Amino acid sequence: MKVLVPVKRVIDYNVKARVKPDQSGVDLANVKMSMNPFCEIAVEEAVRLKEKGVATEVVIVSIGPAQAQETIRTALAMGGDRGILIQSDTDVEPLAVAKLLAAVAAEEKPDLVLMGKQAIDGDNNAVGQMLSQLLGWPQATYASKVEIAGSKASVTREVDGGLQTIEVDLPAVVTADLRLNEPRYASLPNIMKAKKKEIATKTTADYGVDTAPRLKVLKVTEPAKRSAGVKVENAAELVAKLKTEAGVL
Amino acid sequence: MAVLVVADNDNAHLRDTTHKTVTAAKALSGEVDILVLGQGADAVAASAAKIEGVRKVIYAEGADVGHGVAEAISETVSGLAGGYDAVLIPATASGKNFAPRIAAKLDASPISDVIEVVSADTFVRPIYAGNALETVQTSDKTKVLTVRPTAFKAAGEGGSASVEKTAGASATGVRFVSEEMVKSDRPELTAAKIVVSGGRAMGSAEEFQKVIEPLADKLGAAVGASRAAVDAGYAPNDYQVGQTGKVVAPGLYIAIGISGAIQHLAGMKDSKVIVAINKDADAPIFQVADYGLVADYKTAVPELMAALG
Repeated sequence: MKVLVPVKRVIDYNVKARVKPDQSGVDLANVKMSMNPFCEIAVEEAVRLKEKGVATEVVIVSIGPAQAQETIRTALAMGGDRGILIQSDTDVEPLAVAKLLAAVAAEEKPDLVLMGKQAIDGDNNAVGQMLSQLLGWPQATYASKVEIAGSKASVTREVDGGLQTIEVDLPAVVTADLRLNEPRYASLPNIMKAKKKEIATKTTADYGVDTAPRLKVLKVTEPAKRSAGVKVENAAELVAKLKTEAGVL
Repeated sequence: MAVLVVADNDNAHLRDTTHKTVTAAKALSGEVDILVLGQGADAVAASAAKIEGVRKVIYAEGADVGHGVAEAISETVSGLAGGYDAVLIPATASGKNFAPRIAAKLDASPISDVIEVVSADTFVRPIYAGNALETVQTSDKTKVLTVRPTAFKAAGEGGSASVEKTAGASATGVRFVSEEMVKSDRPELTAAKIVVSGGRAMGSAEEFQKVIEPLADKLGAAVGASRAAVDAGYAPNDYQVGQTGKVVAPGLYIAIGISGAIQHLAGMKDSKVIVAINKDADAPIFQVADYGLVADYKTAVPELMAALG
């Protein structure tokens, strides 16, 4: 079974995003970049499927600038077999990302696309679902457990108010939620080995996909800041203030 | 032109996220229709018809749409979308599950988590966990938006729209197996007027239950947790408030033993009043708290319970 794992290079999740003074976007210069945390979980799950003998090949794909190659290397060091970089120096919207991934899936013919539920930069939570629609493959989003049995996958999903289990026919698109697993750190020998693994470099034009943005970003601003309030001495004073001053009790 | 709101429901009840999405829809158009997807959900359709200012309710019934199967819902919605300028969907886990599919089917670029309607084609949405706000303009013929319910007031009642019944689509290749819903008498986290949240300082699931839950019950509040507490296994995942969990904006948010990571603040900073109890005076949570109490929760929470009487 072949597994395709799309990954995205984003601002490290411990770094606070800063808005550029000219309101044109978020400042990415000299900021630590890492693999999107949900993508890491997807890579981990794919590698575990391979270790269990369920998957035979794990192909990593990323759409982004030349530096996204580092993100692919990280995934290869975790256990991916080979990579595809679709180079683009401009931001690609989720719809175009889904179209590019659909083109890659048509070429690679994976049995499973395993990807993060959302990227922590755009916070769209859209590509997996759109890819499923475009391919006409079933989707299983927000997965906290994935079990493959023959040509079917049983997926437990995090839904409003609890958990839901669905069964999908393969090929399918599964998106990973936080609880699916805890990603490993790549070992030094594996990081060295990953340097020799193959990464094919492509352009968006190679797939004949129109990546022109549909949305015009008029401005990016900072949200209104909350200012710190007052410190209270004890619980009694807190309750008194909540009753009289804030009027919320 | 008219806009369509997809109702949030569990086949028995209409959730108030629907009313809030209707408010966002009214900012786009004077002609608002509601689509209820469900099975045996006639009562939900009847409740939707009572929302003020709604033109008509379409009730699409079917087993797959009733189980929330995304493929069936998106097929049903995109079949109706042609008659509308925009489709608005509450940004819940369920809504986000099918909304992008509708956009892909219509070849539109979806706009997630709208918090403000600037005009009929321009919207504001948070990015980077709410650390930045993006104002985007779309030229798509049919716009597909998910609406963050906490950013809009609920539309009132008093309407008497007609209800039209139709058949919901079914899906192939995907089967609903089971669901396990958390049963609780507490209010739902995203709809609660008061939320009491606990963090990693609790140290164990037993301590979390012993400290946070009685206080929440005393206040009639929902229970939340930081990602750190959830990751440590002290609280179930659906308690999680933050960028990767639920976004809440109650009248009162009480954070206990939560340091205030960026991730967590993203999920609660729009609360009206924030209270923080933490023994570390330098914890970032105090920078957003209206009322801060620097104290060990072990002594502060029992005192708080006593002071509440």
